[in-house]
Amino acid sequence: MNMAVYVWQIGGCLLAIALAPLFAGWVTQCRAWLQNRSAPSLWQPYRMLRKLLHKDAAVATHASPLFRSAPYVVFATMALAAAIIPSVTTELPLARVADAIALVGLFATGRVFMALAAMDVGTAFGTLGARREMMIGFLTEPALLMVLFSAFLMFGSTALPAIVEGTLTAHQFVLHPSLAFAGVAFVMVLLAENARLPIDNPSTHLELTMIHEAMVLEYSARHLALIEWASWLKLFNYACIGFAVFMPWGIVVDGADPRRLVLAIAALLLKLVIAGAALALFETVSAKLRLFRAPEFLTMAFLLAVLGLLVHLLLEV
Amino acid sequence: MATVSALATVTPLAVLLYLIAAWLLVGVLGLVQSNRIGWVARILFPLGALVALGVAGMGALALTADFTAQSALLPLGLPDLPFHVRLDALSGFFLLLLGSAGAGISIFAAGYFRQGEGTAPGLLCLQYHVFLASMAMVILADDAYLFMVAWETMALSSYFLVTTQHRLPEIRRAGFLYLLMAHVGALTLLLCFGVLHGGSWQMTFDAMRGATLAPAWASVAFVLALFGFGAKAGMVPLHVWLPEAHPAAPSPVSAMMSALMLKTAIYGLLRVSLDLLHVGPWWWGLLTLGLGLGTALYGAIFAAVQTDMKRLLAYSSIENIGLILAGIGLALVCRSFDMRLLAALALAAVLIHAFNHALFKSLLFLATGSVMHATGERSLGKLGGLIRRMPWVAMLALIGSLAIAGLPPLNGFVSEWLLLQAFLQTPHIPHAFLNMIVPLGAAIVSLTAALAGYVMVKFYGVIFLGQPREPALREAHDAGALERLGLIWLALGCVLIGIFPQVALDVVGRVTLSLVGTTVQHGQSAWWMTTPVASNRASYSGLWLWLGLLLVIGATFVLVRLFHHGRLRRTPPWDCGYPWQTPRMQDTAEGFGQPIRHLFGPVFRQQRELPLPSDPQPRYSVLISDRFWHALYLPLARLTRRIADSLAFLQGGRLSIYLLYSFVTLIFLLVCVQ
Repeated sequence: MNMAVYVWQIGGCLLAIALAPLFAGWVTQCRAWLQNRSAPSLWQPYRMLRKLLHKDAAVATHASPLFRSAPYVVFATMALAAAIIPSVTTELPLARVADAIALVGLFATGRVFMALAAMDVGTAFGTLGARREMMIGFLTEPALLMVLFSAFLMFGSTALPAIVEGTLTAHQFVLHPSLAFAGVAFVMVLLAENARLPIDNPSTHLELTMIHEAMVLEYSARHLALIEWASWLKLFNYACIGFAVFMPWGIVVDGADPRRLVLAIAALLLKLVIAGAALALFETVSAKLRLFRAPEFLTMAFLLAVLGLLVHLLLEV
Repeated sequence: MATVSALATVTPLAVLLYLIAAWLLVGVLGLVQSNRIGWVARILFPLGALVALGVAGMGALALTADFTAQSALLPLGLPDLPFHVRLDALSGFFLLLLGSAGAGISIFAAGYFRQGEGTAPGLLCLQYHVFLASMAMVILADDAYLFMVAWETMALSSYFLVTTQHRLPEIRRAGFLYLLMAHVGALTLLLCFGVLHGGSWQMTFDAMRGATLAPAWASVAFVLALFGFGAKAGMVPLHVWLPEAHPAAPSPVSAMMSALMLKTAIYGLLRVSLDLLHVGPWWWGLLTLGLGLGTALYGAIFAAVQTDMKRLLAYSSIENIGLILAGIGLALVCRSFDMRLLAALALAAVLIHAFNHALFKSLLFLATGSVMHATGERSLGKLGGLIRRMPWVAMLALIGSLAIAGLPPLNGFVSEWLLLQAFLQTPHIPHAFLNMIVPLGAAIVSLTAALAGYVMVKFYGVIFLGQPREPALREAHDAGALERLGLIWLALGCVLIGIFPQVALDVVGRVTLSLVGTTVQHGQSAWWMTTPVASNRASYSGLWLWLGLLLVIGATFVLVRLFHHGRLRRTPPWDCGYPWQTPRMQDTAEGFGQPIRHLFGPVFRQQRELPLPSDPQPRYSVLISDRFWHALYLPLARLTRRIADSLAFLQGGRLSIYLLYSFVTLIFLLVCVQ
């Protein structure tokens, strides 16, 4: 292990934190284009962060310390998750500290703190959002684990870098049918977890449908900035998990050679551009599900992921 | 004589026996001034906690590397049936569990019990310490006779503790149901030991280890043990007593039953299935695994719809016992194929989870006790906002809730992680059917873990967060110093196991070594890494995860303050332009559980009352009950009653007739013996 690995460990995490708003801005821009609206600038999320960080925080009179500390915890879980996911290189010391199961656990920690903070002030919207978020969460979390389990069983390790290395160092390209099921399930989980259509709409405040926005209604200024940043980071993280498991091409697997890292970052950007456009397209052509139908959607994701696991055990072992 | 020498020298086993005697003494001292709460609560209970610490220490000694199993004969018992006791790694581990969680509960109880609540304090003290001592004896027993005596003492003393508030009819009912189920389980165990001695009529565990049973008889013994211990542990469908008895008892007693007594059943199952019985066929494991997974999911689903905080925790205990049983099942499957490393991994997950559950479940039950004392309420629908009135209890309960939800970096995550790892390694089983079916267990485990998160957000959010749902809650007070100390002790355990999971893994390694012949963690990795199988397969480090999280939180906080500002305004909450917001507009416990009720509808037996739109006095109600109760227990009860009715003529009430029965029975037995 040399110093460069550790430098890159921190650098990669900072890169993710810096790029996440850009990715969110890109998805918003694509959506606007596809819906024939004039698009906001790509830098709009950064401007919003700047604005929010300069405002005075308005906190409800009886909010507890939990309410004020939750944004920091949520942001920290997402930043730490970004440090674990091999998006550019697989030489990540932190990936040995927390494997993919711990990664799912980190997401869950963030979600639980978000839900608890939403319940803290005790408004009707907060508890409603918390309940809906936990309902989505208890189905997506096992679905995500099942998606990852197929990959774990394939490469015999629960560490994400090992999965990437396993795919990239295979001598021939093999199409795994189980990964097809897992891929569909993963996209469904990604949509649900990141408050995207058809489960939630990030650009609405309609009480009948909103989930994520209902939870953060009480937040303002720096707290809101951290929460928004954390949710962009979450989308970014999910995209990177998807790249790592399903299309790891371009990720550096041996050493931290600066020139190859630059190439890998370019590959990551390219993948993000394509994924963002695809996400926007998907959101544009799909309609919002009624909330009662959301569990069906998520159960389907879970069952597809389990099916993927079964297919792997039946056909590929 | 061996007896005397074993007790005269200072061995861990001898010290343990004296400590158990000390518990009994503390109990009896309670009767001296049975109505003086100061004597009982401030002096005797802390003494009991000290003894518990001693028990934990002796248990830990039995887990050190150079310890060999010790046994002794006690000069008690019947003339030809002396009591055998034995201390080995397995009993040492469970004594460590009993002592460390028991110490926290006792300290809490010292601050908890008040004058004038049901049973007199001194009597309660006696029952409490007899309960503790009998659990320790169950763990130390080395023959079936002492085991059953201790087992029954445990059941009886806990029955009296459950019915502390015996003036309430529903508590008497709950106590009766508990006693009934305890005895059904005990009878099954008696039959099990009857099979285990294998015709030698030697009741010591040593003889049972040596006995060779025919495969069919071994299976009979295993199934009897599974159901006998399952009834005590709360395995579905024998779980019905648990959600009744746990809420009925005072909180420290609920904590003891859930955290410690259920674990003695787990201890018994491990002792019989992995120690006394030889390696069995794989279907033993599959049966246990299936029942365990069903129990886990069932418990989690029911916990999500409860509206009484202690019932919610009771169902959550069922869920955790299910996970533990699933792990035991997996260990048995692996053992039957002689895959020792995997069996050790599953077993390590089971033991650590049992320990974790003892810590966080007692923490949460005790926290509900503080809440009940502060508010007088047990129903979730009448609580809320207590984080502002009871910050200490709220903070410590938060640790417990996060731990039980299986979130990193606390201890609940460690055992769930190990269990999932064990499931993931199974595709190497040389049996195609099992290969396919077992990893699906991982799907159910992860679903259960996620549901546990849902349940805990509901539990914590409805009790401690939001606005008080009743005006009286604004006068709630925080827990006293002793109560806090007990809670802190348990919460500290949750955090420490989360930071140093490898220490826990090393400790249970002694147990897995003695039961399945190997330990996990073979890699040559650094001391802060947990690598149960091989470092390239799976690794986790609680310490670094903690440091990473704290570092990022700290850096974020400092950066935001440094580059921006910390200005803050206090304002009323956002009311969406509708000024008449009341606390009743928050989600209730029913509301929070509604998605689960919706999704798992067929699992529940629901009686709903939905009024017509034209109803002048609309009444909405939904009553959720257990299907097993109506489909299994009530028909059984009716059948028993019918049989009893038809045999009632035997009971004429005349003494001469009864003597005749005895005489005929005696003649019959004599003929049989001839």
